Amino acid sequence: MTNDLSVRNMVKRFGDFTAVDDVTFDVPTGSFFSILGPSGCGKTTLLRMIAGFEGPTSGAIEIRGKDMLGVPPNLRPVNLVFQHLALFPMMDVAGNIAFGLKRRGFGSAEIKKKIETMLERVGLPGFGNKQINQLSGGQKQRVAIARCLVLEPSVLLLDEPLGALDLKLREQMKVELKKLQAKVGTTFIYITHDQSEALVMSDHVAVMNNGRFEQVGTPQELYGKPATPFVAKFVGDNNIWSGHVTQQIDDHVLVSTDEGYSFRTKAHGSCGDGNRVDLFLRPEAMRIEPRNKEGLNTFNVIVKSILFDGANSRLLTVTKEDHELLVTLPQNRKFDYIEPGNEIAIGWHPESGICFEAEA
Amino acid sequence: MKRSRLVFWIFFAPVIMWLLLLIVLPHLDLLTMSFRGENDYGDMVWTIENYMNFFTEPVYWLTFVRTALYAIITTFITFLLAMPVSFYIAKLARTRVQGALMILLLLPFWVSELVRIYGWMILLRESGVLNFFMLKLGVIDTPIEMLYNDATMIMGLVYTSMLFMVVPLISVMDSLDDSLIEAAHDLGAGHLTIWRTIIIPHCKPGITSGSIVVFMLALGNYLTPNLMGGKNSLWFTEQIYNQFIASFNWNQGSAFGFLLLILSSLIIWAGLKLTGQKLGEVAS
Repeated sequence: MTNDLSVRNMVKRFGDFTAVDDVTFDVPTGSFFSILGPSGCGKTTLLRMIAGFEGPTSGAIEIRGKDMLGVPPNLRPVNLVFQHLALFPMMDVAGNIAFGLKRRGFGSAEIKKKIETMLERVGLPGFGNKQINQLSGGQKQRVAIARCLVLEPSVLLLDEPLGALDLKLREQMKVELKKLQAKVGTTFIYITHDQSEALVMSDHVAVMNNGRFEQVGTPQELYGKPATPFVAKFVGDNNIWSGHVTQQIDDHVLVSTDEGYSFRTKAHGSCGDGNRVDLFLRPEAMRIEPRNKEGLNTFNVIVKSILFDGANSRLLTVTKEDHELLVTLPQNRKFDYIEPGNEIAIGWHPESGICFEAEA
Repeated sequence: MKRSRLVFWIFFAPVIMWLLLLIVLPHLDLLTMSFRGENDYGDMVWTIENYMNFFTEPVYWLTFVRTALYAIITTFITFLLAMPVSFYIAKLARTRVQGALMILLLLPFWVSELVRIYGWMILLRESGVLNFFMLKLGVIDTPIEMLYNDATMIMGLVYTSMLFMVVPLISVMDSLDDSLIEAAHDLGAGHLTIWRTIIIPHCKPGITSGSIVVFMLALGNYLTPNLMGGKNSLWFTEQIYNQFIASFNWNQGSAFGFLLLILSSLIIWAGLKLTGQKLGEVAS
């Protein structure tokens, strides 16, 4: 498998501040790669360096095997879809899409043909003569992507382009972007702080924090096997217990929590005997009133309130020591009897928790 | 209801008085005067003689053509100079430097135009500062007369009108989203193309309003052409002055005044037509 983009030991400093700290990664040809991180983690700086708007302090960028250091943005085979799209309001839709083609010296007949094919591909046939301010949010989005894709870039960079859309449209555009990427086969590098966008669309996701990559992997790996506490906290919801290790059994440990519960769970390599640890537990890992308690960690909680959200409904519960826990409430009518104030039994399998050494 | 109307008229009265007494009335008087003239017997009669003179005497309309042409050149040079200056202030300079630069631009305008022109004359004249240093440094052997030619006059006009171009340009450039420039760069455009296709089209309203102001100021300027242009570069305003003061022919002078008003409006109208704009859009 070839790589469309290789980044090696990239560092970017602004004065004393290190925005991007020794980042290395490869993006295979034709894949959808996301960089996920909280705002201010350096992901936009990283993207701007790939696009060529900033130069790295040190490190190397290769696109399709060609070194890109010192190459200005207008000569790089990458295009960027801006956060606020940056469509040119002084031109109509066709003018926007033709902009890059004209710079490459295509003939006007060819430009016209390419615009029509591209508008058809993004689902906006016949929109060429519309002005930018006549378009809806989702249509602008598609024009911004069409404007870049028509140039057939090696890599298409997207800087949180769905951020400005309302929730419903965002859900819709997520699926559409994924479909579009599969259809055109261009490598997408997508930047976002919204984990659901990253998980839904990507083949691979890099989780970024404080200028570093915490973990690179498939969405399933990030969710199921987080490599660091940050990933466990940032990707998906998690309940956290603090405690210390009392016993090690192969790759499992017995954890005694500060509240006095003793749980058996999977552990990350660094959890030694007696160490302080954080135990992460997904809401859906906990089963309500399990019939077969064999091999499960069990305890009792009191329901504080029911957070109804359709298929995503949860129970907000507390242990008698006042430790809050979110528990998934399956909507199969089996638990309709549960009301706030009830005491229920909770059980979870040792394989579904993960334990990390506590951060100092 | 009645009260608020009264308040409205009280506040509105000074504006109306200003317009009526200082602008409308004098112009009406000038208008009637421009159509009056002496007949062969020395009686005052209605006539269009004053307007006809402008077209039949080449010296009059040639002066006007020259004035209009130089005003257009001045506007264009001012635009060329103001564009990079305002781009630097609006986009490249840091916020704190921005304010300082704006004050530096404004500062010369706290001094009257007459003083500024005399300043230039001290610098440029045969025994002036510039000649003194060039002689000292041995660049030239004999002093050069840098005043009293068209080039110096245009430089003076550009200098006087610079601010009126820079201010509207800065305000339109402020509203230009930086990411548009980056997007154009990303899509393969070089610097020249970015200016041509993104920055200038975006700044069009500012360019137009700045150009109108500068053109009108240059066309109606009296001091600069008179002092820096010398005797052989006649400006149309000097013609009007001559009619009123030297020849004491107020009728001819007011006709010229109206011709200047009408012809300059025509030029601006043509300019707007050529660039496909409307005055209402520019003003907003």
